Amino acid sequence: MTVDEPRYKTSDEVDFVIIGSGAAGGILAKELSTNGFRVVVLEQGPYLTEADFNHNEIETLAQDKLTNHPKLQPNTFRKTPDEKAKPQRALVYGRCVGGTSVHFTANFWRFHEIDFIERSKIGPIAGTGFMDWPITYADLEPYYTKVEWEIGVSGLAGASPFDPPRSRPYPMPPLPVKSSGVIFERAARKLGWHPFPAPMAILSQARAGRSACINCGFCLGFGCEVGAKSSSLATAIRMAERTGRCEIRPNSYVHRIETDANGRATGAVYFDQKRNTHLQKAKAVVVCANGAETPRLLLLSANKQFPNGLANSSGIVGKYLMLNSGGVVTGQFEHPLNDYKGFAVSRVLHDFYELDPQKVGFYGGGGLDARFDFTPISFAFGGLPPGTSRWGKDFKAALAHDFNRTMEIFCHGTSLPLENNSFSLDPDLKDAWGQPALRLTYKDHPDDLKLGNWMFARAHELFDAAGAQKKWSFPVGEQQFAVHLLGSCRMGNDPKTSVINPDHRTHDVKNLFLCDGSSLVTSGRGQPTMTIEALAFRAADRITGLAKRGEIVA
Amino acid sequence: MPVLLLTENRLHPTVGKSENIRQNTMNELNRRDFLLRAGTGLSATWVSANWAPILSAATHAHNARKATPPPKFEFFTAEEAAEIEAITARIIPTDDTPGAPEAGVVYFIDRGLATFGVDDQKTYREGLPELQARVSEMFPSVSKFSGLATEQQDAILHSFDEKSDSSQRAFRARPGAQNFFETLRQHTITGFLIDPEYAGNHDGVGWKVIGREREHMFQAPFGYYDKDYPGGQPVAKESEKKAEKK
Repeated sequence: MTVDEPRYKTSDEVDFVIIGSGAAGGILAKELSTNGFRVVVLEQGPYLTEADFNHNEIETLAQDKLTNHPKLQPNTFRKTPDEKAKPQRALVYGRCVGGTSVHFTANFWRFHEIDFIERSKIGPIAGTGFMDWPITYADLEPYYTKVEWEIGVSGLAGASPFDPPRSRPYPMPPLPVKSSGVIFERAARKLGWHPFPAPMAILSQARAGRSACINCGFCLGFGCEVGAKSSSLATAIRMAERTGRCEIRPNSYVHRIETDANGRATGAVYFDQKRNTHLQKAKAVVVCANGAETPRLLLLSANKQFPNGLANSSGIVGKYLMLNSGGVVTGQFEHPLNDYKGFAVSRVLHDFYELDPQKVGFYGGGGLDARFDFTPISFAFGGLPPGTSRWGKDFKAALAHDFNRTMEIFCHGTSLPLENNSFSLDPDLKDAWGQPALRLTYKDHPDDLKLGNWMFARAHELFDAAGAQKKWSFPVGEQQFAVHLLGSCRMGNDPKTSVINPDHRTHDVKNLFLCDGSSLVTSGRGQPTMTIEALAFRAADRITGLAKRGEIVA
Repeated sequence: MPVLLLTENRLHPTVGKSENIRQNTMNELNRRDFLLRAGTGLSATWVSANWAPILSAATHAHNARKATPPPKFEFFTAEEAAEIEAITARIIPTDDTPGAPEAGVVYFIDRGLATFGVDDQKTYREGLPELQARVSEMFPSVSKFSGLATEQQDAILHSFDEKSDSSQRAFRARPGAQNFFETLRQHTITGFLIDPEYAGNHDGVGWKVIGREREHMFQAPFGYYDKDYPGGQPVAKESEKKAEKK
C-alpha cells in the first residue's frame, strides 16, 4: 500500500464503491480515481503482495492461499434445475487483492469481430439465448489497445492472419518461444495452419517500474514474485492508489447492496475480518465481483422492493452462464523440452476460430495453444500417460523420463448461453458467514461437446505431424467445475433479455453498475480476461461521462 | 486443479545450522556472486539487467530458509517413522537414483502431520496398525512391514491400493485402509517433489531425479527444440487472411 492512500469513513458518502479488485475492479478503480472521483474498493480476500508469493505448491494450490476456500465457501452442483444440488467444489476464483488476475495463465487474445455479431451472421440456435452484443469490436478496439499499453501485454502484431484490426502494435515483443511452442509451430505450418506468438499479459521487457519475466516456472496458479505478470495487483491497483483518491479495503466481504425508498443503491454492506458488519456509503455502486459472486450478491440483496434480487426484473440474473468448452491433449517427445521453465503458453493458432456450422455440423469455434502448465507435484498426479503405475519403480522411471519431455495442446472453445446454466443461491447450504452458498447448475450444449471433440482431433493431428512418441486425451465430458465465469448478468439493450445496458448500468437501478465476466454476451473462444479488462476501461469512460453530466445521482 | 493434500512453509529438517547462519548473514553482494555462480546458463549481462527481480526472488528463497526446525520427529515415534519410511521407499524406491528415503520424505510427512496435515493424523493413527495387521495375516512369520522382503512389501501395498490390478490385490481394499495408502502415496510424492525450500525434497534430490534444475530463474533457450530457433516472425498477409478462413 502506498503511504498517501486515503482512508475513508464508512459514513463518508464516496463517489463510487467498487466491489471486487480483480481484472475489472482494478481497472475501474484506477480509471475512476484518475478521473477525480473518490473510490473505495471492497475486496473479500487479503491484501497480499509480491513478498507473500512463493513456490510452495501445498500452500498455494492445495490450501487455496490465493483462491476461494472450499471449507469457508462451500458450493453445490447439479446438472439441471430439476435435480437437487449436491455439495461439491464447483468453482475456483482469485480471492485476494488483484483477484483471479494474480494467478491466471495470462493468455491475452482479443475477441474477434465475429464474437460480437455471430447471432446475426449464423441465425438463431434453438433452445439457446444466443444473441448479438449491443456493442461491436470497433467500439472495444481502443480499449483493447489501452489494456495492452497500460496494463502490459507482450505480443507480435500482424503475426496471425486471423487477428482483428488494431490501432497500435503491441508495446513489447513476445516472450521467448518454448520448446513446446517450436514443436507446435513447426507441425502447424506443416499442416498449413497459422501459428503465432501467444499474446501474454506478462512483461517480456522491464516496463513502468516492473521487471521482465524471469521464467521461474511457477506461473499458472501462482502469484508473480517479481511483478512481471500483469495482474491488477501489479498494475491498476497501484496506479489507483497513487491517485490519492482510492482506498483498497481488503478482508471486506460484501453480502448486500442497500437501496433506499426510491430504489437507488446507497452503499455496500460487508463483513470485516472480525465479522463485524459495516455499510460503506456511496453515490454509486460498481460490482466487479466475478461471474459467480456478482449475480450471487444481487440475489442476496433481495428486499421488499426487489423481491427477486436487485436488478433482476428480467429474472435472468445468474443465468446464461458460459464456462467455455475444451480441454487438453498431451504429447511426449524424444528430447527434453524443459518446458517447466518459463510461463505456460508461447504459441497459439486461430485457424479454427470461426467454423462454418454448415460444414462441421455444429456451432462453435476455438483456438489451440501450446503449453506446459504443470508443477512438479501436479505433473506426478496428472501429467503421466494413462496406464502408468501410480507408485513404485515404474512410476519413478516414468516421472524421470516424462517430466521434461511432455507438452500439452489446450483446446479452447465457445459455449452457448443456456437459460438453465446458472449460478444461484443454494436453498440449504450456507457459507462460513451464514450466507447462502453458491449453487452451480450446468450442462453443456451438445454443440459445445461436439466442438470439443472436433478440436481434440485437430490437436491429435498436430501431434502426429510433430512426430510425438506418445499422445493421449480423455473423452470430452460435461463440465461440472467452473473457471471462466461468463455471461451471468449479460449486457443488452432489451431489459427483458439482459441485466445491464451498454454503459454497464443495470436496467433496474440507475446508480448500480456491473462489470466483469458476467457482462459478456457470448463466450468468445476461451480467453476472456483481455475482453473483461477492455470492457472495464470502456465502462469507466461511460460511467465517468454519466457522472460528469449528472446522470447518475440526479 | 491438482489434487494435493498439504501445508505451511516450514523448512527442511535436515538443513544444517551452519548453512542457516551462512544464508542469513549473506549480504546482497554475496548473493549476487552466489547467483552468478549458481545460475549456470545465465549470462552476467542478463543478471545485471534483471538484478532487481532476481534479488527479490533470491530474498524469498533465503527468507524461506530461516526458521529451520530441529531434525526430530514431532508426530511419529521412532519406530513408526521407520515403518513409514519403509513404505515411502516402496512408493518411490531408491535404485540407481535417489528415492523417498534420500529425499527425507518421512520428515516431511512428520512435519506435515504436526502442521498443515493435522486432519490426516487419524488416517495415519488408524492406518498404520491396520497395515501391520495385514503383514501378519499375509506373512505370518513376520510382524512388521519393514521386516519383509521388497516383493512382499509390494504385495502388501497392492492389497491396499484400490487402483492396482486386481491380480495384484490379495484383499479387497477396505475404505479406511485404502484411504491411508492413498494419503501416504500422495504425501510421499509431494514430499519428494516439492520445492526444497518447503521441508521436503531434501537437497533437491527429487528434482534431480525428474531433471528439473534447481534454479529460481531461467533464461531461453530452455530445451532441445527451441535451441537456435528464430521463430516469432510476422507471417500474416492480408491476401492470405480471406483465402484461408474456414
